[in-house]
Amino acid sequence: MLSEALKAKFDQVIARYPVKRSAIVPLLLFGQDEIGYISDELVEEIARRVEVRPIEVIEDISYYSMLHRQPIGKYNLQVCTNISCLLRGGEEILEHCRRRLGIDPKGTTPDGLFSLEEVECLGACCGAPAMQVNYEFYENLTPEKVDRLIEELRIRTANGHPR
Amino acid sequence: MARGDEAGEIETPMPETTLATAAETVTLVIDGQSVTVPKGTLLIEAARQAGIEIPSYCYYPNLSLQGACRMCLVSIAKMPKLQTACTTIVSEGMTVHTQTPEVANARKAMLEFELTNHPLDCPVCDKGGECELQDAVFRYGAAETRFMEAKLHHEEKRFSNLVYYDWPRCILCYRCIRICDEGMDVNALGIAFRGARSEIIPNREDHLECEECGMCIDICPVGALTSGTYRYKARPWELSYTGTICNHCGDGCKTTLGVRNNEIIRANNRDHSGINGEFLCVKGRFGWDFVNSRQRLTVPLVRRNGHQEQSTWQEALSLTHKTLRAIGEKYGADSIAVIGSNRTTNEENYLLQRLARTLLGTNNIDHHRTADYSSLVSALTEARATDRYATMDDLSAAASVLLIGNDPTHQHPLAAYQIRQAVRLRGARLYVVNSAEIKLAVRQASVFVKVRAGGEADLVGSLADQRPVPPGLVLNGADKLGALAERLAKESDTIIVFGDELRGAAIGDLVRWGLTLPGRPRFMALGDYANSRGAADMGLLPGTLPGYRAVADPEARARYEAVWGAPVPAGEGRHIRAILDAAQSGEIKALVVFGSNPVKTFQLPEGALSRLAFLVVSELFPTETTACADVVLPAASFAEKSGTVTNTSGQLQWMRRPARGFDVPDSALGPVPTRAEPILNTMRRTGTRSDLEILLALAREFGARWPYRSAEDVLREIIASVPGYAVALPPLLMGRAVATQAEGTPPPLERPDLVFTSRDSLFTSGTVSRFSWALNSVEESKQPHGHIF
Amino acid sequence: MGDYESYMKGSPLEVKVITKRFGLANSTSIDVYLETDGYQALAKAFEMGPAAVISEVKNSGLRGRGGAGFNTGMKWSFVPKDTSKPKYIVCNADESEPGTCKDRPLMESDPHQLIEGIIIAGFAIGARQGYIYIRGEYRYLLDILDRAIAEAYGRGYLGRNILNSGFDFELATHTGAGAYECGEETALLNSLEGLRGYPRVKPPFPAVVGLYGCPTIVNNVETLCNVPAILRMGAEAYARLGTPKNGGTRLFCLSGHIRRPGVYELPMGFNLKRMIEEVGGGVPGGKALKAVIPGGSSCPVLAASEVDVAMDFESVARIGSMLGSGGVIIMDEDTCMVKALLRIEKFYAHESCGWCIPCREGTAWLKNLLQRFHDGGGTEQDPDTALDVSFNILGKTLCPLGDAAALPGISFIQKFRHEFEEHLKLGACPFERRAVAVT
Repeated sequence: MLSEALKAKFDQVIARYPVKRSAIVPLLLFGQDEIGYISDELVEEIARRVEVRPIEVIEDISYYSMLHRQPIGKYNLQVCTNISCLLRGGEEILEHCRRRLGIDPKGTTPDGLFSLEEVECLGACCGAPAMQVNYEFYENLTPEKVDRLIEELRIRTANGHPR
Repeated sequence: MARGDEAGEIETPMPETTLATAAETVTLVIDGQSVTVPKGTLLIEAARQAGIEIPSYCYYPNLSLQGACRMCLVSIAKMPKLQTACTTIVSEGMTVHTQTPEVANARKAMLEFELTNHPLDCPVCDKGGECELQDAVFRYGAAETRFMEAKLHHEEKRFSNLVYYDWPRCILCYRCIRICDEGMDVNALGIAFRGARSEIIPNREDHLECEECGMCIDICPVGALTSGTYRYKARPWELSYTGTICNHCGDGCKTTLGVRNNEIIRANNRDHSGINGEFLCVKGRFGWDFVNSRQRLTVPLVRRNGHQEQSTWQEALSLTHKTLRAIGEKYGADSIAVIGSNRTTNEENYLLQRLARTLLGTNNIDHHRTADYSSLVSALTEARATDRYATMDDLSAAASVLLIGNDPTHQHPLAAYQIRQAVRLRGARLYVVNSAEIKLAVRQASVFVKVRAGGEADLVGSLADQRPVPPGLVLNGADKLGALAERLAKESDTIIVFGDELRGAAIGDLVRWGLTLPGRPRFMALGDYANSRGAADMGLLPGTLPGYRAVADPEARARYEAVWGAPVPAGEGRHIRAILDAAQSGEIKALVVFGSNPVKTFQLPEGALSRLAFLVVSELFPTETTACADVVLPAASFAEKSGTVTNTSGQLQWMRRPARGFDVPDSALGPVPTRAEPILNTMRRTGTRSDLEILLALAREFGARWPYRSAEDVLREIIASVPGYAVALPPLLMGRAVATQAEGTPPPLERPDLVFTSRDSLFTSGTVSRFSWALNSVEESKQPHGHIF
Repeated sequence: MGDYESYMKGSPLEVKVITKRFGLANSTSIDVYLETDGYQALAKAFEMGPAAVISEVKNSGLRGRGGAGFNTGMKWSFVPKDTSKPKYIVCNADESEPGTCKDRPLMESDPHQLIEGIIIAGFAIGARQGYIYIRGEYRYLLDILDRAIAEAYGRGYLGRNILNSGFDFELATHTGAGAYECGEETALLNSLEGLRGYPRVKPPFPAVVGLYGCPTIVNNVETLCNVPAILRMGAEAYARLGTPKNGGTRLFCLSGHIRRPGVYELPMGFNLKRMIEEVGGGVPGGKALKAVIPGGSSCPVLAASEVDVAMDFESVARIGSMLGSGGVIIMDEDTCMVKALLRIEKFYAHESCGWCIPCREGTAWLKNLLQRFHDGGGTEQDPDTALDVSFNILGKTLCPLGDAAALPGISFIQKFRHEFEEHLKLGACPFERRAVAVT
C-alpha cells in the first residue's frame, strides 16, 4: 500500500498534465523511491491512476535504466565509468567498490545494505571520477574517500537513519 | 503511437495518403521514370505504383509510420543524406534514385545489421521459403557477414497456445504491435528493454490476453511470431493452397487452406485477395481444425434395436427413402418436416428445399434464423430500394455507420474490423445503439445510445414515427437520442447495420426512417454462420420459395414448377418452432435434419423427439440431435466440397474444395462412394459425402431425375431462376465476391422468437467449434461472451 | 550536491553573463535574483510583444546550446501562429552527453534565470504551459526547481495575468528516469507523454506537431538561460560577445586530463588551445596532449595538432568535428585510444533505444568488436570492419544517436589507426602496463 503522502504526490503530479499518461515515469520513480522497487501492485496502481493498460507501464519500466523491478540495496552505489571518469580512474573506483563490498555490478550485499552499479555519464564530468549513492553525488573520488563513505553509510544505518 | 484513449486529443501519425483527396496530383521522377500520383502519397507507394520495388519491413500500408528498419533508404536529389521512402511525402518535381551504388550499399548494410543477431536457422524456421528477410538477402546481397561476435540468444516464448515468439529471429519492425493496436484495437503486444535487447512482450507479461486472431503472426515478415498449430509442421512449399470461404460466422472471409496429404496444415490469407483483405479472426485462421477431428462421423449409422449401428451408404439412403415415402403415404405430406442448415452451401440448400417441396411434397421447411433477412428484403423491395444493401467493402469505405444491437467484435469480427478501419483510416463516425457497452461503443463510437435490454426496436420506432421516447428506454442520458438523430441528419451515405434485436415490423420502421437520411443510406443485417443469408435466400423457409417469392403466390410457384417439372405445394408450411412442437405432439412423424442441431439450439427437453417415427440427420459430428436419429449420414465439411455461400451482407462467394496436397496415393483415400461429382484430386474425409451428394443420391432413391452432376450445375440453375442471383459466373469462380440483390415480398415474420442469434463469441461457432482444439485451447475461450480484450 | 568547487574554479578569462550569480549567497532565492536584474527581461518582453522578442533573439545569434546549434529565434518562428491548438514550451534538462555538465550548475545556482527564460520563450511563441524535463539522476535539482517555481508563482511571475500583462503561463517540472535518448527532442516529447523514449519521424517537426500533437518548442537549459540576458542587453550587445553567427558566450566543461577541470563561461569562438592551456591550466603531470573531444563524446575527436581552433560552430565544423554541447574532453599521451573509443561505444550501445536497425545492431556490434579487440582478440580486419560499420550507421538512422556513435568510431580509427595496429602487434593493450593513476 502507498503512504498517504505518496498518494497525495501522485494526485499532484497527475494534475500537471492534460493527459494523465504523462505522469507514468515520474510516478514510477516516486513510487520506487518509497517502496524501494517497482512492485506488481505499483504497476497496477499507476496503470489504474493514469488510465492505461498495465503493459504500457511495463513497457516504460524496462526502457528507463533507473527503474527496478526487484528490490535493491538500501544504498545503491552508482559508479560512473564513462569517458571523463574513465580518464580519471572511474574504473579503478568501480573495481575498488567491487572488492570492498564483495559484489559485482548489479549485485547486492547479503545484508541488503549496498548495491553496486556501473552507470553511464552522471553529468559530473568536472568532478570525475564520480558516483551517485541513491540520488546523492560524490565527486573527485579516491579509493580512500570511497572507504570513508562506505563506513559512514554503515554507521548511519546502525544509528537508524532513514535512506 | 497514440493508444486511442485520447482519440480526438492526440492524432496518431498516419500516412497522409489515407486522408488526402485524390483530386490533386504530383508528378515526380523515379529512376528516370515519370510518375504521377495523388498529392500526399508516400514515396514508397509512388514507387510501387510505378512498378519500382523499394524494400521495407517496418512500412506497412495503413499502419502508422515508423522509419525504423531503414531498408527503404533512397537517394533524393538535393538531399545530402539518403532518405526513407516510407516517410517521405512526394513533392512536385522530386527526382529519386533507388538503384544507385550508395542505395545498394545502404540496403546491404541494413541487411548485414539485421543478420548480426538473427539466427540462420532457416532450415527449421517456419518462415523459411516465405521470409521477407530471406528474400531481401537473396535480392540485395549481404550473404556474407563480417560479424564475428557471439549472437545474443533468448529462449522462445509461448505467448499463448496459438502464438509463439522466437526473440532472436525478431527484427523489431513493430508490425505486430501496430496491427494489434491499430488494426485490432486490442493492444496486446508491447516492447520491453531497449537497444539490441529490445523484445516484444505480451500484455500479461508472460502470456497474451487477446482475441487470438493471429494477425501478428501473419504480418511478421520473419519467423519471430509463429503459429501454435503450424510451427515445425511443414515447409510452405509442401502445401497446396486453396482459397475458400471460412465456414464460421456470417461475414464470409476468404481463408487460404494449406493442405498436405489430405490434411489441412494451416490457414491464412496471405495474398489478401478476399473481401477481408489482410484480416482473419481466430476462427478463420485456426478454427478449421475441426475438419481434422477424430470425432468426425465417417460411417453412416442406422438404428437397429434401439442402437445406432454402422451401416453402408446404400442401406442408410435406401432406408431413409423407404421410411419417408411410407410415412408420407400413411400420414400425408404434412407429417414430414425438414430443418436445414445455416452453414451448408446455397446449392445444397436449394436442393434441400426442392427435395422437401417436390419429393416430400411439403412446405414444412425452416432453419434456425439468426437475422430477419426476409423483413429487410421485404422492406427494401416495398421502398423500391433494393440497391441499398451494404456490403462488407462498403462498410470499410463508409463515412458514417449506425450500428444497432449485436456485438460485432465477437459475433462479426470482419464487420467490426471494417468499421474500425473506416473510423481509423477515413475518419468515419460510428453511432451505436445497444443495451450493452460493447467494445465498439466504448472505443470507436462518436455517439453511444445505451438502451434497456431489448429496447432497440422501441428506439427505432421512436425515430421512425418521431414518437416521444418511452421513459426508461435510454439509459445514458435523455438527450442522447436527440444528439444521435441530429448528428445522423448531418451525415451522408450512412450504413445502417443491425442484429437480431430488430426483426419483423421493426425492420420496416428502420428502413422507412433510414431511407430519409441524407445521401444513399444502405443497410446490413447481421446473422450468424457462413450461410444464414443463403438459407433464407434459397427458401429454407415455410412460406418462401428461393429468391423471397411467397409460396402463396401462384405465379411464383408456377415459375419454379416450370424449372423443376414438379408441383409445389401451395399452403405455407410450419415454421421451425411449430415443427418442433408438432414433433413433440406427434403430428410430425418424420423429421429430416441437415447440418443443424435443433435439440440444443431450441433447448428441447430430453426425449422431445422420441415420438418421431423417423429422424434422419446429416451431420459432421455426433450431436444432441444425431443421438436421437434413426439414420445418421456423415457429411463432408466446408473444406471437402465446393459450392457458394452468401455472407450476411449478401455477397456471394465460391467455396472452393482444396486440392488434397502432395503424395497421396488414391488408395489412401478409400473408396469414393459417389460419382455425383467428378473425382478430382481434391480433399475428402474418407467415408463422408457432401450434403449435395447426399441430396442427389436421395433424389435418385426417390426416382427423381435431377439434372445436376456438380455444384456448378446447381449454381447455374440458381443464377438462371432465383431472383437477385442473376450474377456472372466467371468472377465468382475466380474467387471474387459478387453482390446479390435480393428482392421480393415474402410473408411477414410469423412470430418474433423465430429470429435469434446464437450469441457466439470469438471462440465459439455452434457445433463445429466444440470440436476445434485451437478454439478451445486458448484461455480467452473460457471468458464470458462480451469480455473485452 | 557533490563537489561544487570543482566546477567553479573560475578564470579571469571568463565573461560572466549567465553565470554571474554563481557563488552569490542564496543565489537560488527569488530575492537574490530580483536584486540582480531578475525578471526585468520578462517585463521588457511584455512591453516588446511576442514578434519583437522572437526577432530580438534571432538577431542575437543565439544558437541552441544542446548540440545542434540551430538559431533559437528562428526555431521559435516556426511555431504556427494561426492554430487553435495549445502550444508548449519544453526545457530540455536531460543533460547526458558524456563530458557535459553545464546545465547542472545553471539550474543549481540560478534556477530563476532558467524560469524567466522559459516564461519569455512561452510568451514569444504563445504557449501557456511549460515543462522542464529533468534527467532522473538530477533529483536534487527537481527539488531546487520546484521550490523556485513555487516562489515564482508566489510573486506572480507564473500563473494568471503575469505582471498585469494579460499573459497566463503555467510551469511544472518533469523527471526522466535514466535514458540518454530522451535528450533527443522528439524522444523527449514521447517520454514526456508517458511513452518509451523513441524518437519520432521528422517532419513534422515539434514546432508544428510536438507535445500531445501540438506546436512545441524544445530548448536546452543553457539556451533558455541566455534569453533574459539577451533582452536585457539587447541583441546587438549580446551578439558582439561572440563571433558573427555565433552570438554570446558559452559554457565549456573541461574534463579529463586537465589541471583545472570545471565549467567556464567563455565567449563564443574562444580558441581551444588557449582554453586548455590558459583556462584549464594545461595537461597535468607534464604530459603531452594527445587528443581532445571538443563538444561531448559524440563529436569527432581532434588530434593534438588540430586544437588551435576557434570554438564556434563553423570553425569546428571546418576541421571535421562539432562544437556540440560544450563538453571538452582532454586526453593525454598515456590515453589508450582503443579503450577510450570502446568506452564511448559501450555507452551508445547501452543507450541506443533500439528503434531503428543500424543504431540498434551497429552500436552493439561496435562495442563487442572493440571489446574483443582491446582484450587482445583482434584481427587485422577489425579496424576496417569497425570503420565500415560506423560508416554504415552514419546518416542512416532515425535520430542523431546513430551519428553520435558513428562519428567517434570513424575519427578515432582514422586518426589513431597506429594505436589499433599496436594492439594487434602486441596482442594486448600497450597502455595498460604504463597506466598511472591521475591525481
